[in-house]
Amino acid sequence: MHHVVLDEWGRRPGWLQKRDARVKLVALLGYLIALGTAPPLALPAAAGFGALAAAGVVLGKLPAGAVALRAALVLPIGLFLAAGLLLGGAALRAGDLLVRSYLSAVAVLVVMGTTPMAGLLRAMESLGVPRFLVVVLHFLYRYLFVLSEQAQHMRLAVRSRGLDRAGLRRCPSLWKAAGGALAVLFARSLARAEAIHRAMLARGYRGQVLWLRAARMRPGDWLFLAVALTLCAAVRVVLAHAG
Amino acid sequence: MAAEPLIRVRNLRYRYEDGTLALDGLSFELYPGETVAVLGPNGSGKTTFVLHLNGLLRGEGEIIVCGLRIEKGNLEEIRRRVGLLFQDPDEQLFMPTVLEDVAFALLCRGMDPAEAERRARAALAQVGLEGAASRPPYHLSAGEKRRAALAAVLASQPEILVLDEPTTYLDPPARRELITLLGALPQAKLIVTHDADFAAAIADRAVFLHRGKIVAEGRVSELVHRYGWTPHTSGRRER
Amino acid sequence: MHIPDGFLHPLILAGTATLSAVAVAVAARKAQRELEESRFALLGVTGAFVFAAQMVNFPLGFGTSSHLLGGMLLAVTLGLAPAMVTMTAILVVQALVFQDGGVLALGANVLNMAVAGIAAGYLPYALWSRGRLRWFAILAGGFLSVVASGAMAMAELVLSGVRIPAALLWSSAVLLTASGLLEGLLTLAVVRALRALQPSALERAQVRRSQAVLGVLAVLLAGGIVAVASEAPDVLDSLADRVGIAERARALLTTPLAEYRLSWAPGSWWSQATAGLLGLALTYGAGVALARALRRRRSA
Repeated sequence: MHHVVLDEWGRRPGWLQKRDARVKLVALLGYLIALGTAPPLALPAAAGFGALAAAGVVLGKLPAGAVALRAALVLPIGLFLAAGLLLGGAALRAGDLLVRSYLSAVAVLVVMGTTPMAGLLRAMESLGVPRFLVVVLHFLYRYLFVLSEQAQHMRLAVRSRGLDRAGLRRCPSLWKAAGGALAVLFARSLARAEAIHRAMLARGYRGQVLWLRAARMRPGDWLFLAVALTLCAAVRVVLAHAG
Repeated sequence: MAAEPLIRVRNLRYRYEDGTLALDGLSFELYPGETVAVLGPNGSGKTTFVLHLNGLLRGEGEIIVCGLRIEKGNLEEIRRRVGLLFQDPDEQLFMPTVLEDVAFALLCRGMDPAEAERRARAALAQVGLEGAASRPPYHLSAGEKRRAALAAVLASQPEILVLDEPTTYLDPPARRELITLLGALPQAKLIVTHDADFAAAIADRAVFLHRGKIVAEGRVSELVHRYGWTPHTSGRRER
Repeated sequence: MHIPDGFLHPLILAGTATLSAVAVAVAARKAQRELEESRFALLGVTGAFVFAAQMVNFPLGFGTSSHLLGGMLLAVTLGLAPAMVTMTAILVVQALVFQDGGVLALGANVLNMAVAGIAAGYLPYALWSRGRLRWFAILAGGFLSVVASGAMAMAELVLSGVRIPAALLWSSAVLLTASGLLEGLLTLAVVRALRALQPSALERAQVRRSQAVLGVLAVLLAGGIVAVASEAPDVLDSLADRVGIAERARALLTTPLAEYRLSWAPGSWWSQATAGLLGLALTYGAGVALARALRRRRSA
């Protein structure tokens, strides 16, 4: 699954992996805003934004091919959305939108692939995302793995009892059975949430989830922030109008 | 034994919301330095019992822990002194990294973050997991998860350890490691287990729980023999 | 439907981001108050459940299948505000980890699915959850939640200048209706099974009639934006032509000072770049200051 790959990338010894999560998040937003607000991309601007994303891949020692492929996951929905433009003869505009969404996905992958989720969530909090949402996000990500494993087991169990595609089509009451399987999964999730809450109470939880102190910003972080934002702004302002 | 018991439970009764009587007049004592195994069939009330020992469940009867009666005012103190290790480490390791998890109890108690981090690292070293501090819990093996959860409990420097089925999910090497690790800890221990070999290796005495009551007490080997509690490694599927 | 980055007009991005930031902040505070002992674990784990549930495909025949989207189920089991927060968390993880929906477009996706979708879906439930119409309320809620969020997404795209030919529009509408019906049926199937299995799961959320107001607002919002989009698909661009607002706003968003060259370094490209950078820093600084001020007020 995706997160396993992202975690593996995050452990690579790249320069970007060592940077503070807050800085990377701000740089990502800067890049996305610059890209999202640029006038229709001409070749120089597209190349400029592409080079910035590529620099991220290099600085993070990420596998270029894998990043390129994974970012392509946005293309099907992008193509669907751009279909109207293509059919309407505005192929250039459609291409423009696709390039933008593709480059955005690459940028997100670069940051996600070089930053552990824990750091990213804390960065979100220090940039003003409500703490409540951040803690919910953290618990969601933590139990994503546990529950999807449970769902896999359940799917196997359902299938081994003959509730396969043909079976479900033949007998509508089996639809009920599948709904029942989800209900069981949901009930188990509730029980798990209860158990987690108990484990928190057992360790003195009093309604607030506290973190250890975040790492301090280092000179390299400031440098990265300044350079990244300058370059994004430069590409946006200069190259975008050069076309 | 002459010493004051660390835990004294008298005539504990607990009824589930659906009306089932889970604990039916249970009495029990745990003395300093000893390790007691709690044996018994599924549904005999073992887990319900241990959840009472730090006030997570409140039944009728009397429970005194380290001289403190369990009541609202001193739950916090009791939860610090009784370290509870849950059966499923996935439920216990809920923080984003192992280090954050081990420091959780310390931060909740208002400890300075720097001091909490130092203590958490020391606890990780105690279970041999120094290298895993910044890893997320889902990247640990079953044995590492169990040790990380133990570190999270030890960080608070509890006086009593209560362990619910600690060998669940463990393969034989991880199980041996756990025995060595627990054997080296000075705290008094109460260990709920299905694993008769494990109990025999680690416990000084055992009690046998049946239908919410302690029906026998003695050496592990005696009880295992008397109740036909044939040794097997684990009551549950290994992961 | 998760909108990827790159498709939405900057004005739409800014507008939806502002709306959903306010809505989610309010929902988070309400959820914290509503749930006893602030159960982060409950919302996180149910969010993870929705992910897991999406792995269970319900076959429809003809080689197609569908899965639960989950918004309505969350609303029924957690209550309105907690469901909104949980759905927001789901969308954030989808955007960051699974490249499902854009990061900049999160504002729009959250507004469509976590705010308007859930509020609209909750409307029939808030009205009829106690009567004989209860099952119909869940069915209709699942339907409304999907149709409202889908329609809003389409309208936002059209407003952003992504032209969608009539044929495609109609087939999208049919698709949306079908998946709305499916969501209603799936939610109903799960809720019925849940009621037999663990009725307490459905009693956690208190239903308040007053919350129907939010549902009505959501439906009006969705209807309004669709109406504007269908009447005047180029409204943003023509607005830009007429008053130049869009262009100015676009500049304001990124590089507030870029168009007004710095006097001490006239004309050079790097003055524009510096101005852009300054603009970003100013925007961010203002945002942080605002957040701080809000937080201080909350803790005071």
